[in-house]
Amino acid sequence: MYAYDELDRTLLHERVEEFRDQVKRRLSGELTEDEFKILRLQNGVYLQLHAYMFRVAIPYGTLSSKQLRALAHVARRYDRGYGHFTTRQNIQFNWIKLAELPDALADLAEVGIHAMQTSGNNMRNVTSDQWAGVAPGEVEDPRIWSELLRQHTTLHPEFSFLPRKFKIAITASEHDRAAIKIHDIGLRLHKNADGETGFEVLVGGGLGRTPFIAKTIKPFVHGRDILSYVEAILRVYNQYGRRDNIYKARIKILVHELGIEKFGKEVEEEWQQLRDSALTLDDAAIEEVRSRFSYPAYEKLPHMPDELKQAAHDPVFERWRKNSVFPHKVQGYSIVTLSLKPVGGPPGDATAEQMDVIADLADRYSFGEIRVGHEQNLALPHVAKRDLPALWKALDKAGLATPNVNLVSDIIACPGLDYCSLANARSIPIAQELTRRFANHDTAGLIGRLHINISGCINACGHHHVGHIGILGVEKNGEEFYQITIGGRADESAALGTLIGPSVPYAEVADVVEDIVEAYLALRDSPDELFIDTVKRLGVEPFRERVYATR
Amino acid sequence: MPLVKNGKIATDIYVHVADDAQIPANGAILVPAGRFLEDPEALLKRPDKVGVLWPNNRDLDDLVPYLDRLAAVALVFPSFRDGRAYSQARLLRERYRYRGELRATGQVLRDQFVFMLRAGFDALDVKKEKDADAFADTVKRYTVFYQPTGDGRATALSRRTQLRHSESASP
Repeated sequence: MYAYDELDRTLLHERVEEFRDQVKRRLSGELTEDEFKILRLQNGVYLQLHAYMFRVAIPYGTLSSKQLRALAHVARRYDRGYGHFTTRQNIQFNWIKLAELPDALADLAEVGIHAMQTSGNNMRNVTSDQWAGVAPGEVEDPRIWSELLRQHTTLHPEFSFLPRKFKIAITASEHDRAAIKIHDIGLRLHKNADGETGFEVLVGGGLGRTPFIAKTIKPFVHGRDILSYVEAILRVYNQYGRRDNIYKARIKILVHELGIEKFGKEVEEEWQQLRDSALTLDDAAIEEVRSRFSYPAYEKLPHMPDELKQAAHDPVFERWRKNSVFPHKVQGYSIVTLSLKPVGGPPGDATAEQMDVIADLADRYSFGEIRVGHEQNLALPHVAKRDLPALWKALDKAGLATPNVNLVSDIIACPGLDYCSLANARSIPIAQELTRRFANHDTAGLIGRLHINISGCINACGHHHVGHIGILGVEKNGEEFYQITIGGRADESAALGTLIGPSVPYAEVADVVEDIVEAYLALRDSPDELFIDTVKRLGVEPFRERVYATR
Repeated sequence: MPLVKNGKIATDIYVHVADDAQIPANGAILVPAGRFLEDPEALLKRPDKVGVLWPNNRDLDDLVPYLDRLAAVALVFPSFRDGRAYSQARLLRERYRYRGELRATGQVLRDQFVFMLRAGFDALDVKKEKDADAFADTVKRYTVFYQPTGDGRATALSRRTQLRHSESASP
């Protein structure tokens, strides 16, 4: 956990007071809606179909139990008793009242949570691996660097009015759980030959209507130079990124239009001017931030405690354990994923009661710490293996032990037309129907790892391009239609999916997905070949044939 | 449009010369970039102050040779949502060591004052009277800053390491 110091707290309170003044000026008419819009966006407030939506940042996906309780409090006090976890380690509340927003922000500030820059054309929440600091084989904890970047990008005087939004993600593991290749800047932490920490820097990834996988701009930037290097990228983008067309304003378009070599050269020239400056991080500065992270005092525990041996006789527990419990870097401990994808439920939602339960369980079993992943699930990062059976019982009681993590019903979906004013089609009901179709967890287990992503419009908040099966809602003559792609992925081998055939109407989407899954089961060369690997081996054609033969 | 200079409402001494207007024989003038570059030496020979209004999509390279003889550079915010002039301001102050008046013009609103000061502006053509009146209070909104810029305000990180240093130095 990162603990705020007096300076962090002061800044946060100053921000809340500033926003309180801005809301007051809007309500009195002193600020026009056009002027206020940007200010509210920079504080995470959108105007949606039915009400204001409030997006709160969970930097690099780390939460304390106290912070989670504060989120539950906001859900209860200012909203309708639930929140929605997003693909970028944020939580959204959908029914907030403008006049109450400053109070909600002040309540969150008390526990060191903010909504700064969760929207608007500025640097968004810096995200990272939800298993940071606990994943076996990790190079080092990427959250130290995430926090350094969080601070550097917060209220940046030069880059608060960029051509378009700007997202940074960091990973320090071989397996990328932070989807860095679909970010404006992706950072892969690694060590050079001298054992020094640095980053492979990728740039220009992003989805939306013109999706791109990020390209490597520099294979190694030393840790001490990371702020100046990021600043150089942003300065080039701020000056040359397009501002004439909102759909061409992201950095991915600039990188694409210039080409990565030319863009890289521009950045290099800028960086040579910037690198030896106050932006250089000396060891003391890095150590200062590192020292504000606290780590649990782990016990020395056996690899296979008796409690676990006994519980292994219960097949329901075992199914959950095999699905939702992951290896931890410390012997005797596990990382436990909490599925927010119950059968028939909207993906990523949690009620205030569930948040409170999770906070209590985190206190009892996970050193008071909770993580939020981009797959819209939560995790308890430090669970002693002996506690797994008891934890499972409590989670099951709260509806948080659906054993479908990474399976076909672990669907990533945007809010879609049920909430969002940009959407062309609904996402949530499609996800709900699919979870019902694949409600049998044994069948889902046989199908194996399969990620379905659903977006209700081309803006791609549900990351449909990088779903193993991607579903995109479009509007056709006033009706909801869906384009379906297969073969996308968001990890270290990130790729964009390929369209499988003509779009299908709302009522047929679940049937088509079932047909795709059946085709896969028939086509895979063994039960070990994952869906994504079968698509890679055979291409789209055999799937197209089977799915569209009868349509 | 009130001018706030060095923190106080001030009289604008510059005559803003349009592209096709006659240049007055004396008195301080602010001329558009294109006009200035037509014959910079002639303008700079005038006895009184010369400032240049520089658009936010024009490279600064053309301006840099004249910086030490210019009394003012005015950068433009066509909309407060267009942040290019922040980069230009920092480059002028921090890279090219420009020390004359650096003015923000265009849609200059209260809620961007702090960003502008941090980027190096010392004169603001404020759009609304009420915002100009609120200048002193507005710029006191923040006391903590995370990024080092040329404005000299200490960053949170440097304050922390100093604090730590002084703590460890005491017995």
